[in-house]
Order: sequence, then C-alpha cells, then structure tokens
Amino acid sequence: MLKLPVYLDNNATTPCDPRVVEAMIPYFTENFGNAASRNHPFGWAAEEAVDYAREQVAKLVGADPKEIIFTSGATEADNLAIKGVFEMYAAKGNHIITATTEHKAVLDTCKHIEKLGGEVTYLQVKADGLIDLSELEAAIKPTTILVAIMYANNEIGVVQPIKEISAIAKKHGVLVFTDAVQAVGKIPVDVQKDGIDLMAFTAHKMYGPKGIGALYVRRKNPRVKVTAQLDGGGHERGMRSGTLNVPGIVGFGKAAELARLEMEGDAKRLGKLRDKLETELLKIEEAYVNGNREHRLPHVTNISFKHVEGEGLLMGFNKNIALSSGSACTSASLEPSYVLKALGLGDDLAHSSLRFGLGRFTTEEQIDYTIEQVRNTVLKLREMSPLWEMYKEGIDLNSIEWAAH
Amino acid sequence: MAYSDKVIDHYQNPKNVGTLDKSSKSVGTGLVGAPECGDVMRLQIEVDNETGVIKDAKFKTFGCGSAIASSSLATEWLKGKTVDQAIAIDNMDIVEELNLPPVKIHCSVLAEDAIKAAINDYRVKNGLEQIKFEESIVH
Repeated sequence: MLKLPVYLDNNATTPCDPRVVEAMIPYFTENFGNAASRNHPFGWAAEEAVDYAREQVAKLVGADPKEIIFTSGATEADNLAIKGVFEMYAAKGNHIITATTEHKAVLDTCKHIEKLGGEVTYLQVKADGLIDLSELEAAIKPTTILVAIMYANNEIGVVQPIKEISAIAKKHGVLVFTDAVQAVGKIPVDVQKDGIDLMAFTAHKMYGPKGIGALYVRRKNPRVKVTAQLDGGGHERGMRSGTLNVPGIVGFGKAAELARLEMEGDAKRLGKLRDKLETELLKIEEAYVNGNREHRLPHVTNISFKHVEGEGLLMGFNKNIALSSGSACTSASLEPSYVLKALGLGDDLAHSSLRFGLGRFTTEEQIDYTIEQVRNTVLKLREMSPLWEMYKEGIDLNSIEWAAH
Repeated sequence: MAYSDKVIDHYQNPKNVGTLDKSSKSVGTGLVGAPECGDVMRLQIEVDNETGVIKDAKFKTFGCGSAIASSSLATEWLKGKTVDQAIAIDNMDIVEELNLPPVKIHCSVLAEDAIKAAINDYRVKNGLEQIKFEESIVH
C-alpha cells in the first residue's frame, strides 16, 4: 500500500520513532522531577533517567558518558564548541579553520568570531564536495586552535575524511570539532577511532525529539575545555547551565539506543532504495548527481535536472512528496544553494537541484511513486522550458547575454 | 508558502505553451530573465499587420510556479488586444489576478518585461522605433 504524502526530507528533520515517544511520556507526567533536585524521589527518578540516556547517547558515538554535554540542539552545540574553544584557548591563538560548505550554524558562528577579533580560514571544497587535505594542512599556523569540519553534509550527503583530518590536526596540536548532525545514528561514528575532540549532534535527525542535542567534549588525550556560553546554575559540568530537558534527554537516549541497534540494517535497506531512486532518475536526460557518490551517506542523493527550476519542479508534486530544493526562490533571496555553488556548479544547475533524504519509514512503494512523479514533472516542465528548447537546438546558453535582474 | 489556486491552475494547465516562428515578420519575441536568477521567460506575439491585433501568443518559462503562471496569464491577456493595449499591461495587474506574495512580485515584473520586449522586437522588425520603457523598479 502506498502511503501518502511521502516524506523525503529527512535531512531537515525526522519523525519521532513511536518507541521514542513512548519512552518520553512518563517524564512529562509522573516523573516530572528536576534532575538537579538531589533530595527527593522526583529528582532521583529524573536523574536516573538522564544518566541512563547519557550512557546510551555516549555509547552510540564511542564516548564516555561524562563527555556528553546536553544542549538545546546542534546549533547551540556548534556555538558552544566554537565560541567556547575560542575563549578558552585565547592564550594559545585565535585562528580557526573551517570549510565553505559548513552549516550556517558553524559559518555564522565563525563570522561572529571574526567580529571578536578572531581569524577564520574558509577552505574551498573540491568539485565532489570533499576538502583537500593538503590545503587543510597548509592552512594550519602556530595560532590555529581549532579545525571545524562537518562529518557529513546536509545538502549533498558527502562524508568528509574525518579520520585523516584529525590525524593532520593532531600532528600540529590543533583541536578537531565536527558538526556530525547528519552522520550520527546513520553511519558508524566513533569519537575515539575518528580522533574527534568536540562533536555536535542532535536527536531530531535520528528519530528523536526536537529541542535536544549534545556536544561531545573530550576528557582525555587531550582534556578539552570550553568556556560556558550560558551563565547560571552550572549544570552539565559547568559547561551548559539550564534545567535539564528530561523528557527530551530520555527521548534522545532512546533514539540513540535504537540507532545503535538498527543503524546497520536501516543503512543497508535505505542504501538500496536510494540507489534505485538515483539509477532511475539518472535515466532522465541531462540529470546529474551532485557531490561524491562513494564517500556519501547511504540515504541521501542530490540531483540536478538541467533546464528545469527546482521550485517549479517541486510544485509538480509537493502535495504528495516532501522534498527540498537547492533553489532559494522560496525565500526573499534569489540566491541558489551556497553548498552547490561551492562545488563549482553554475547558478543554473544549482537552481535545478532536488535533495532526497530517505529515512527509517520510507518504503519501496514510496520510492517507486517518487521516481514516477519526478520523472513526469521534469519532462513536463522541460516541454515549457525555453532553456531546454535552446539546448535541444544546439544553442550554447553561455553565448546569450542574459539580462540579469 | 502556499500558492494561490489561480497559480496552481496555471501551473497545472498552462495556457499557450509553445513556440512561434521567430523569423516571421509578424512575430515579436521577448526573452527576459537569466538562468542564474532562476527564471527565464520567452514570450512571443503574432500580430495581424493590418489591424495591429495580437492574433496569437505563446510562452515558454524556466522558473518557479509563479513565473510559469505569470507568463501563462500574460499570453491569455495578450490575445485579442492591440499592440497599443498590450503596452498598458502592468505587472501589478498580474500580482492582483494571481494573488502573488511579495517575494514573487519579480515574476510579474518579468512577465511585463517580456511583453514589452516582444512588442519592441515586433516593432523593430517592422521598421518602427523601439519604445523606451521606464526601468522596472522591482528588480
């Protein structure tokens, strides 16, 4: 049975797994205590639940529970990591290295650091979306305190060589921070094996609730410290004050436990579905995958359909299929995706892209339906695309002087 | 952002998609926009040389649903009008008819520009002077 609407925007957020919701419910009602209330059973129950969840979250990424700092989400974790390191290690230096394809939560935090007098190097990525390791090494200077490179990209799904990145950073005594929001719970991430010092991730991208995330902060080899960005009761080992979001943390813990147990099976199944989707859609003329196809999340693909515009394309089926487009025509700005542009895609191809993010609840029937709908709409829109007509007539579109507006 | 019913209708059943013979003297072609901006419109009119009435109008558009709807609507409005009447079509008429939200006003501007460009192309082909239009504001 085909279940509509189809949700293929799992990079934006995932639905809560019903098992997660079930685990959370008692912590809204009977076990509503404050985990910091040390002198009565309500507090004890909350604290115990938080401890268990922290263990589950830590286990998923190969960390010690003491290294998990709960935050309101990955944006806060990104801010805490970058600003916290910048302040804490000010005596050592003020230079941070990141990449142009990072999430806005990292890029804009880096912009803020620059305003505070910090220096930031933004590495370009190669055409496949991966950073160049020799460029990374060349960018390190005596004042470099942090390398901030995401684990997997939210738009194209490419997975950066984190192990190699951290090896280079270690060699120069520089800390490594990774925004691993899209990777954790989807592919194996191990802070020890990967040599990560700080890592941001969040529950709502792995079938947990929104409003709860974590920052992993290494405690040994080296012991990493960050300056708190919120003043208050000194929760979370003094690094993040604020009453703990107990139901959220419980949900995060359950989601982490399920991911640890089911990730491998999910990845295998979704990889097959993604490959089917991709293979079928690439049969359409002038369709291209964006980003490296080998080093990539198994459930993600980003495809450009030349000479049709992404938002117009979405309109053909967005009542029944939830997808996102690399075109920013929906927002006030007409700028297409900065990630796709960083790959060197022309604006026209960047405007013509769709991002498919499969998830735990995606079915094969839904993928078959999506293939049919996307194909039909692409063909229909090309029939009314002047660019397609010119392309078919052999006119070089670059030879035309467009009246840019 | 939800589209208005009229935009959806034009998107699903666009009127007058197609191509007229651009080498014909009675056909005026306007090609406006740019691929990097995410919208390109080509609008064509076929004019009865005797009466100055627009006999036919066709469009092809690369762009979002609002851009497609704006050009589809423009071709509908053009048919049966004289060239002089067509010049008077204002982008805000399109905005009103299609209930375009502020972020989509540029689609209507593009349609108006396409109409003017097609008219000027027709005029030049027929030995007439180009009409100088004021620069559109919302660019």
